[in-house]
Amino acid sequence: MPGAKKHNYIAMTFIYILLILLAITMLIPFAWMLSSSLKLSKDVFTFPMKWIPEEPRFQNFLDIWKKIPLGTFIFNTAKLSVIVTALQLLTSSFAAYAFAKLKFKGKNALFLGYIATIAVPWQAYMVPQFIMMRHMGFNNTHMAIICLQAFSAFGVFLMRQFYQSIPDDLCEAARIDGLSEYGIWARIMLPLSKPAISTLVIFTFVNTWNDFLGPQIYLTKTELKTIQIGLRMFIAQYSSEYGLIMAASVVALIPVVVIFLSLQKYFVQGVASAGIKG
Amino acid sequence: MTANIPGAPQKRGLSKKTIKENLIAYSFIAPNFIGFAVFTLVPLGFSLVLSLLEWDGANPMNFIGFGNFEHMFKDRQFWRALLNTFVYTAGVVPATLVSALALAILLNQKVRGRNFFRTVAFFPYVASLVAVAAVWNFIFSPSKGPVNNILHALTGLDFKALPKWGASKDWAMFTVIFFSVWKNMGYYMVIYLAGLQGVNPELYEAAELDGANGWQKFRNVTVPQLVPTTFFVLMMLIISSFKVYDIFINLFAGGDNQLTDYTRVLVYQIYNTAFRSLSYGYASAMAMVLFLIVLGITLIQFRGEKKFGE
Repeated sequence: MPGAKKHNYIAMTFIYILLILLAITMLIPFAWMLSSSLKLSKDVFTFPMKWIPEEPRFQNFLDIWKKIPLGTFIFNTAKLSVIVTALQLLTSSFAAYAFAKLKFKGKNALFLGYIATIAVPWQAYMVPQFIMMRHMGFNNTHMAIICLQAFSAFGVFLMRQFYQSIPDDLCEAARIDGLSEYGIWARIMLPLSKPAISTLVIFTFVNTWNDFLGPQIYLTKTELKTIQIGLRMFIAQYSSEYGLIMAASVVALIPVVVIFLSLQKYFVQGVASAGIKG
Repeated sequence: MTANIPGAPQKRGLSKKTIKENLIAYSFIAPNFIGFAVFTLVPLGFSLVLSLLEWDGANPMNFIGFGNFEHMFKDRQFWRALLNTFVYTAGVVPATLVSALALAILLNQKVRGRNFFRTVAFFPYVASLVAVAAVWNFIFSPSKGPVNNILHALTGLDFKALPKWGASKDWAMFTVIFFSVWKNMGYYMVIYLAGLQGVNPELYEAAELDGANGWQKFRNVTVPQLVPTTFFVLMMLIISSFKVYDIFINLFAGGDNQLTDYTRVLVYQIYNTAFRSLSYGYASAMAMVLFLIVLGITLIQFRGEKKFGE
């Protein structure tokens, strides 16, 4: 049917126009950021704007390191993200194994406690948590952020869901072969749960990297700050250095861009599975 | 969960083996549970107590019963923050939901470069908020940003007559909602894509046999099949918009600046009361309100999931 085919062409053209418009809307702010990061502050707002500066000012990317301790901020953020992710993965997969594969007293009650708190917003208890942490001497230490992020109920829940899909027979066979429960966890469950681990790792890492309110409450000393609040401090201090602000923003984005682009498959799987499970 | 064998003698007390099994299980749970209990459960309980106290963290605590809640009823700023949070929710939830669904349907088509476009749509979600908000503020700068320059060139209107976006009372809420939809719709799109993949293709084939056109297929197959997904997305969106804070602070308040009457939101009010005014008790009372709102939504969600589940 030639009519149907023509109709199809029109529909496809329409879809592609929509897709291109979408891509432009999503990417323009990033393009503008990159372009402005290579300009003098006085040229950032010239109109009509030049997407490619005549004399790209790479100097901006050197200057920012002298204006703020950007290196320290990035190191702090990377350190926190790695520690939190490792702790989160270790403790929640450990706990999830017990919830999924072991029988013990109080299992249902404990798990219910975990589930019930998934829904509780952190903002509802951040104030008493701060008072406690300050009492423990954790205010203005990275320990506060680690304790805050590393023991989430979400991680336990996610890993348990995955472990439950692994047949019990596998554990039973390993037990008969004389493997201890710790051995089963390390040598059977962990290697089998790579998809769930990847999801948890990426989410925890990106969450910690991008966390804003936690560091804002706990880290007021410049040398302890993470990239998010460090960048915010920079924007406040040099509010009219538009070119430098954009250069610092580009630097703050790069690590997440790299991680996201290399692991995006797991991201999408993670969101999708969290969504389906509820 | 082994079923008891009828007639088998019921063991009273715990055998040595069971005790050992229990201890092993607890050793698995302990590392996470101790952290979880100390840093989540205890503060949560403490929060209840704190909401009944008057305390600045230094002087002795003062038990005032429901005094904080009485104060809250008369606190104009609190009501303003609550109202703004509701207005934001009412705008951002439907806008994000519809955009995410439209994106998912568009990117579920067999088109070239589908994965590229999906990546592009999802990218703002993972991008650092502070950096992205900084660009956004530049682009929407009332006097010199490209958006108003373009509007000026197109309409010939004076800059004073153009919207002042984040800097104005009338446009601030619109700006933050627009920003939030742009940043987060990719996340919900992915959830919708998973939902779309779960729709049985035979339903579409049957609809085609009945002569349904594209719109009819969408209306009568896609929409009903996506009800559980939509419900889930709706609940997630409502909960996250009641917890909103960082978008507002980064779009509207640089450095130590504070949010104004038309942009203050509930979590900002909690943060400010606790960490600037040092009224820990009053801040916890407001946090209880947030807790109850989210709890209410979660209960609705549990009921809904029972209804739509499976």
